[in-house]
Amino acid sequence: MKNFKVLGTGCANCKTTMKLIEDAAAAKGEAIVLEKVEDLQTIMQFGVMSTPGVVLNGKVVHAGGIPSKATVESWLN
Amino acid sequence: MSQVIFNFFRRNPYLFLGTSTLLWFGLYQQLMPLSELLVASLPVARESHLGGALQFFFYDTPKVLLLLTGIVFVMGIIHTYISPEKTRAMLAGRKLGVGNTMAATLGIFTPFCSCSAVPLFIGFLQAGVPLGITFSFLIAAPMVNEVALALLFAMFGWQIAGLYLLLGLSVAIIAGVIIGKLGMEKHLEDWVQTMQNTQTATVVDTKAMPWSARLDNGFAHVAEIVGKVWPYIIVGIALGAAIHGYVPEDFMASIMGKDAPWWSVPAAVLMGVPMYTNAAGVIPIVEALIGKGAALGTVLAFMMSVIALSAPEMLILRKVLKPKLIGTFIGVVAMGIVIVGYVFNLLV
Repeated sequence: MKNFKVLGTGCANCKTTMKLIEDAAAAKGEAIVLEKVEDLQTIMQFGVMSTPGVVLNGKVVHAGGIPSKATVESWLN
Repeated sequence: MSQVIFNFFRRNPYLFLGTSTLLWFGLYQQLMPLSELLVASLPVARESHLGGALQFFFYDTPKVLLLLTGIVFVMGIIHTYISPEKTRAMLAGRKLGVGNTMAATLGIFTPFCSCSAVPLFIGFLQAGVPLGITFSFLIAAPMVNEVALALLFAMFGWQIAGLYLLLGLSVAIIAGVIIGKLGMEKHLEDWVQTMQNTQTATVVDTKAMPWSARLDNGFAHVAEIVGKVWPYIIVGIALGAAIHGYVPEDFMASIMGKDAPWWSVPAAVLMGVPMYTNAAGVIPIVEALIGKGAALGTVLAFMMSVIALSAPEMLILRKVLKPKLIGTFIGVVAMGIVIVGYVFNLLV
């Protein structure tokens, strides 16, 4: 099962990103684990400077803004 | 139909840029006659107070929105060439002075959202960008941005926008140099200190981007920025139009005008600190104050203070800075803004 983490300090864009991933997974019927990381030190350990960032299975796949729908879908199968 | 046109332009980006630039300039040239035409078609006498106010509103609103859309679109395309990671790589290990100037200038062009100010701040320090240079970036990025410049340009002309750009950059550069010279690194929170210089600056996305994707980013930027700020702009212009001739022009002159006592500039800066809004949000206030006879320098100092020094942002920065460094930051920036206010009042 894919593990997604959304990195962000709690701004509106982070919530939108969470919802985008959730909706895309639901639409495809794929079960995923989705977490929100708000702790600054943990975010910095991923080396992400501009939030929201997205981590897929431990690897940063996106940073600096809301990802496009097509991008989110490309992370799922 | 619109979908077909849209896809056609996505495949022919240069054609799109050419056509839209021509259209933009054509429309911009016609704003004055169009607004007169619109007022003439209404049952209002052109010479009346209301007629004058309506013409001002019909001319100013599309003008400001057109300029803002154009500038924000171009900025959205520029953002596809420059990321925070690239900026960081350019600034790592720079010397004080040159580095501060570069940082402040890059602050205008680098995509920046105040919600990621703190991760950005730490990210810069991690990669070995000196503290003073990081501050220059952090001060310039929100204060001297394309929205503020576009609005000043549309409402007060290019001289004022240019002066704001120059003085805003100077505040960011000089404040950064001073903070750098003071050697305040020990006043970073301890966990941030241990993270300094632990990473080499790497640039993540080096792959070439097709022009259609750059255009998409331009459109997305317009939707994000203009979509958010247009109500403020309309309120601001309506306010400006409404007080046009109704409220005495020298209403604010005695407190914030050119002949106001010396403390009016520092007082304006102080007033701006508890307020938290972006460049577009202050524009209605700026428009109203200037319409009532306040001096431009005093009002711009107020505007800079609202954007660059805000209480909520200080609370977030407190997570990474110890009180002494926050105090120094506020003091240095506030001083710079006050000087800018005096200089503006002297020059304009």
